[in-house]
Amino acid sequence: MSGLLIIGASYAGVQAALTARDAGYSQPITMVCDEDWLPYQRPPLSKDFLLGRTSEQNLVLRDNAFFENKQIELVLGHRAVGLDLGTRRVTLERGNDLAFDQLVFATGSRARRIAIPGADLDGVCYLRSASDAIELKARLAAAAEIVIVGGGFIGLEVAASAAKLGKKATVVEASSRLLERAVSPIVSDFLLDTHLQAGVDIRLNEVVASFEGASPRVTGVVLDSGVNIRADLVLVGIGGIANDELARTAGLNCTNGIVVDEHGRSAMPDIFAAGDCANHFNRFCESWIRLESVQNAQDQAKAAGLAIAGSQGPYESVPRFWSDQYDVKLQIVGLAGKYDRKAVRGSVDAGKFSVFYYRDDRLVAVDSINRPGDQMAARRLIARGVSPSPEQAEDPSFDLKSLVTGGDKAGVLPPDL
Amino acid sequence: MTRVRFVQRDGSEKCVELDRDVSVMLAAVRNGVSGIDGECGGCLDCATCHVYVDATQASSVLPPSDEELELLSAVSGERRPNSRLSCQLKSLAAIDELVVYVPETQS
Repeated sequence: MSGLLIIGASYAGVQAALTARDAGYSQPITMVCDEDWLPYQRPPLSKDFLLGRTSEQNLVLRDNAFFENKQIELVLGHRAVGLDLGTRRVTLERGNDLAFDQLVFATGSRARRIAIPGADLDGVCYLRSASDAIELKARLAAAAEIVIVGGGFIGLEVAASAAKLGKKATVVEASSRLLERAVSPIVSDFLLDTHLQAGVDIRLNEVVASFEGASPRVTGVVLDSGVNIRADLVLVGIGGIANDELARTAGLNCTNGIVVDEHGRSAMPDIFAAGDCANHFNRFCESWIRLESVQNAQDQAKAAGLAIAGSQGPYESVPRFWSDQYDVKLQIVGLAGKYDRKAVRGSVDAGKFSVFYYRDDRLVAVDSINRPGDQMAARRLIARGVSPSPEQAEDPSFDLKSLVTGGDKAGVLPPDL
Repeated sequence: MTRVRFVQRDGSEKCVELDRDVSVMLAAVRNGVSGIDGECGGCLDCATCHVYVDATQASSVLPPSDEELELLSAVSGERRPNSRLSCQLKSLAAIDELVVYVPETQS
């Protein structure tokens, strides 16, 4: 028997393997990964790891004992370069072909590269993998002035880390506000103020024209407006691209990611995809979407793992995101998209507030700044399709949880309960 | 070294050793304990590592911070007096064995 083959060993790949195994899948499970590291935690890379608050060793998410215990063979440092759907074999760049009965793409996404003059200069960096983070951390230690291209999650988290390390940081963002695709103007403005107060220079409505350098090192960033900003380090954070080429070349349907159903299954019954590389129809945003988040990777992979084991448990989680910058905790649940009404709970001035987004009188998303209690309640409200009125949302004395009472029954109880 | 005993709802158990500087959440994830997701890695963003600390031991661990309490306020599994986020349970050198119960759901 060939068993289950998983390409990629980050959150989605590992979760698919674990769920399939725990759900009773008894055939061999093999994971191949082009990185040399044991599966590691990614969220800290732009934050605690850059700041030196967590070590490489502490990033490890699953260790060798895990794979032995679950009887999963982990093949590190091998890139899958070919797929033959007819013979059910994957070709590795080095070494043998691998046969499979079921295949999961958990290939993730990669940083979008910037294509402007000077993009190849030494000191123009990206942040996605542990290797990227190790390089960025070393370069940041030696740098004085960093320019960050892109005011999205990665860019802002790196800007906050750089500012904490005492570096002069400048963020260049092409749109009129920060995190434009993820949050509403009220949250963008709050984050802008936070970064400005921390000493970060933010240039909105500005496009980078080129990087200048005293070859081979980058020395500055030139904007379309003609402004020249000195830099001895550049971090480009302008989004991600699905690693779906292998699937596409093999003939699978790919549109901004590998197209899958609610079980993570492609048009071919034994071929699955999960995480950053997959595109699914999300009922909470009522559209096809490719998400880049730990929650999406793990929950979608659980659905795929269950399906592979012959069980059922479709992916229908409400999307969740978070970002930590300085002492600001931003949490997002749902996808606001085209909302037609919003309500603010808490105080923007005090730096503790949540924005509730409505579409056709239905609560579709909530952004919280330092209001984790609101966020937790909102997750349950949106998941269950329960909408507080905007007036209730705005009233801090109204208990949002009261709309979603009804608990979960416990099995084994702690002794005193 | 502290040992952590995870008790599932069906009564099955798994014991893991807790290395220094490693939280109960990370130990669970690294050892493949079911029912503990730990999406955010321990920065108090996701609340997917909820556990019930054995009631006789609840006072043996450091009490929850305000932030942890706020996250616990609307966890997906039933909230109990001994509910904790396991990412915040670490530095347990004084305890030989900590017993935690895994809730029905994390999200």
